[in-house]
Amino acid sequence: MEFLENSYFLLALTFIVFILARIINKRTGLILLNPILISVTVLILFLWLTGIPYETYTAGGGYVEFWLKPAVVALGVPLYRQLSTIRKQLLPILAAELAGCVAGIVSVVVVAQAMGATREVVLSLAAKSVTTPIAMEVTAAVGGIPPLTAAVVVCVGIFGGMTGFRVMTMTHIKSPMARGLAMGTAAHALGTSAAIDTGGHRYGAWASLGLTLNGLFTALLAPTILELLGA
Amino acid sequence: MVILQLAVIFMFLAVGELIVWATGVPVPSSIIGMLLLTMSLQLGIVKPRHVEGAADFLVTNLGFFFVPAGVALMSCLNLLSGQWPAIVTASVVSTIVVFAVTGLIHQYTRKHLPHNGVSRK
Repeated sequence: MEFLENSYFLLALTFIVFILARIINKRTGLILLNPILISVTVLILFLWLTGIPYETYTAGGGYVEFWLKPAVVALGVPLYRQLSTIRKQLLPILAAELAGCVAGIVSVVVVAQAMGATREVVLSLAAKSVTTPIAMEVTAAVGGIPPLTAAVVVCVGIFGGMTGFRVMTMTHIKSPMARGLAMGTAAHALGTSAAIDTGGHRYGAWASLGLTLNGLFTALLAPTILELLGA
Repeated sequence: MVILQLAVIFMFLAVGELIVWATGVPVPSSIIGMLLLTMSLQLGIVKPRHVEGAADFLVTNLGFFFVPAGVALMSCLNLLSGQWPAIVTASVVSTIVVFAVTGLIHQYTRKHLPHNGVSRK
């Protein structure tokens, strides 16, 4: 069984599990069977069953995780491509994103504090609406638990992707731009893919703009907002 | 070409790290690097072809890169006992708030600002 602790074996296993999870997701078309969620669950179960400690796993998994930071830097390219759209509607977009970002952080922190969550948990929830790599970086920067953030972010994305359009119909948000933007702002990549499924690529472009801008604003504002809220 | 594109990306990341190290701001170095990259592309200091191939590869595979990070959840499960009701309620309530606030503010400002909110630039 010692071979199972080989870091290249664990690395290869990570690739294979993710590829299979993506096939399952495509075949079933179920948003609940998110490839990341399946992969994480399967890998945790595998490590738990074989008794391999997490520290051993990171020797291999760390090679994959390494690419998170450069991948966030690379998000600057799609942001650059969207600059012309942003400039045409600068005020509505900035106002909506700022308000959405602040409302998201304040509401999650206040509710979690009221329900007696520990300080570390509260700090880990602040970035729950933004895309996982950015969210984990924000959590690490403010002193929360990054893996908890990763799990919460994926669940928020699934929940948002499934309920977003219904919530917005109930709150009388009708403009396709506002709906697309909000999908990306509240539910990052999973909201974006739900927006594309429902409204096509025009919705998707707005959603990915919401995703990027909320990620940016959350990274810049979360530390200050958390301090003001005494978290 | 890919080496050059990766070099550009890691250079921006390194500058981000430098800024965090020098100023101590609690903003992720990767976000600072992302902003500087966007600015440099806009100003024409960096041409799209200097980053595009590698950047598109990284962006389209974002999901895969955080699988191992998610697996780390297994090492902190004991920290979270009894915390789940707060985590779930806060996340659900707040997600609904973000949908409503973002959508309503965008719809409202576009309708009520002069020039439909279109900047005059």
